[in-house]
Amino acid sequence: MTAYLELEKLHKDFGEFTAIDELDIALDAGEFLSLLGPSGCGKTTALRIVAGFETPTSGRVVVEGNDVTNVPANRRDMGMVFQAYSLFPNMNAEDNVGFGLRVRRQSGAERHKRVEELLELVGLTAAAKRYPHQLSGGMQQRVALARALAIEPRVLLLDEPLSALDAKVRVQLREEIRRLQTQLGITTLYVTHDQEEALSISDRVAVLSHGRIEQMGAPADIYNEPSTPFVAEFIGTMNRLEATVADEASVQVGGTILPVAEARGLPRGERVLVLVRPETLQLERVDGGGAPGALIGEVLAHIFLGPITRVKVVAGDHELSADLPGPRAAELPIGSRVAARFPADAGRVLGLSEQPEAPAEPAQAGQ
Amino acid sequence: MPRSGWVWLGVGAAYFFIPLAATVEFSLKEASGYGFSSYRQIIDDPQFRDLLWVSFKLSLATIIVSLLILIPGVYCVHLSFPRLRPVVEFLSVLPFVIPPIILIVGLLDFYNIERVPAWFIESPRFLVPGYVVLSFPFMFRALDVSFRSIDVHTLTEAAHSLGAGWTTTLVRVILPNIMAGALAGSFLTFALVMGEFTMAHIALFNTFPTYINYIGQTQANPAAALTIISFGLTWLALLGILFVGRRPGRGAVQVGGTR
Repeated sequence: MTAYLELEKLHKDFGEFTAIDELDIALDAGEFLSLLGPSGCGKTTALRIVAGFETPTSGRVVVEGNDVTNVPANRRDMGMVFQAYSLFPNMNAEDNVGFGLRVRRQSGAERHKRVEELLELVGLTAAAKRYPHQLSGGMQQRVALARALAIEPRVLLLDEPLSALDAKVRVQLREEIRRLQTQLGITTLYVTHDQEEALSISDRVAVLSHGRIEQMGAPADIYNEPSTPFVAEFIGTMNRLEATVADEASVQVGGTILPVAEARGLPRGERVLVLVRPETLQLERVDGGGAPGALIGEVLAHIFLGPITRVKVVAGDHELSADLPGPRAAELPIGSRVAARFPADAGRVLGLSEQPEAPAEPAQAGQ
Repeated sequence: MPRSGWVWLGVGAAYFFIPLAATVEFSLKEASGYGFSSYRQIIDDPQFRDLLWVSFKLSLATIIVSLLILIPGVYCVHLSFPRLRPVVEFLSVLPFVIPPIILIVGLLDFYNIERVPAWFIESPRFLVPGYVVLSFPFMFRALDVSFRSIDVHTLTEAAHSLGAGWTTTLVRVILPNIMAGALAGSFLTFALVMGEFTMAHIALFNTFPTYINYIGQTQANPAAALTIISFGLTWLALLGILFVGRRPGRGAVQVGGTR
């Protein structure tokens, strides 16, 4: 009831295609929530409905207890930052930032002061007189951010604002967005397809697929305890092991029994999916014979990722990834026989029968 | 450039400039020797000034009507009905295909009803709707190119999210960014109306081009002088396009869908 921004049972159809299916999200005042999902999952549509650019087929958008579903976009007081090319090319940075205030008929002196403040906030005081085409992509997005914040919006909406930028600028700017958001305490809805981005700046993340929320929660929970195979696959890298529940707290993969704490209490023989992060998978060299509680396989490839090396292993029907420090990986050259094991509490168990294989469904038409 | 290139350039230049030079030479001819008497005669003719003024006013009216219809129209097509764009583009070529003579006969027929007010049907204003149709290809293409060079969707939505209504968005955001196209289209329309003969002639109105025709049939040397003057006017209009296109901070003007 105390939620600041509520998306209530939002539903949006485009002809036959359901973009959003009964979406329920509530944000507290000052909260930063990301909508994360692959393209076509409905995240941008949801954001556009909140902004007022799309009308939902059914459902409501409520801000501070007021239903704004039918309020036109220009009277919603929502600051929006777009993917790119949203600055007015005929105005310099200063006039872009001041546009919303000018529309609100704020007096010249007051407006100037506010514009200066905001340009300083995004570190662009020196570029105030420059036109959009004279600014780099990162600078343009900073101006766009300042412009959205200038009107003191009730909610800040960001639609993949970093997707058109270089990797380095992207990381820098996302930290800055988070810093500003915390500093100003502004309620923020952020749309992205980049899971690393979503996890690194959000208070909460809602993972969307086919217009539905797969899982919503704090970044650490989403990462460590994915509740559906889709989330597990989408967030970071996951090793998927198809298994059957064996004895108390263990599963059987192929002919191997692996201890998995989460399998405790599950009916014996049930088919499950065991998910293991590459960083928790341990490899050791084996020369002939077996190793109890481990999958035996052969090193297929090394992928150098800077601080770590991802070692690909083929074990029976499964291809596994293990992230090892460079020197450790070097001890396991391609072709060597290895035993792969993981701590019993590192495996996440999801029931196969209850969960249809979401990611395997054919992708829907674009957004 | 290879030598043959220069030859062809020379041939092309000769093709264009010899008649022009001949016309200039002829316009300067007097009973004995050369002088500006033909020009003086034209400029002193009150009809010249009156009809030039009529055509000028017609150009302005055509430009205004055409911009008022096409700016919101093209904006709307780009924003909400992108699938209609090829249709409109096809329509925009029709005035090239349908000769003006057919257009004016049709228009005369269309207005052959009693309710059309006299102030409209009895003055050269009558020609404006026809001229708007004739200028449609030029105006549409110039505007279309301008609209394609900006992200109409995002700019409109950005303006809306900042609190601007439709009018503010159009005037403050869209218009300044398509100004180059609007001006290019306007100059072309200006040149077109200043030289349009068929429609005015058939509808029995006197305009600058019908004046040129009249002089051409009655006085040989002043006709040449008049041709040069009207050339000059058209060139000024085209120079105007180049000038607008070179202004810094804007994309260069592209005329007639040259992209």
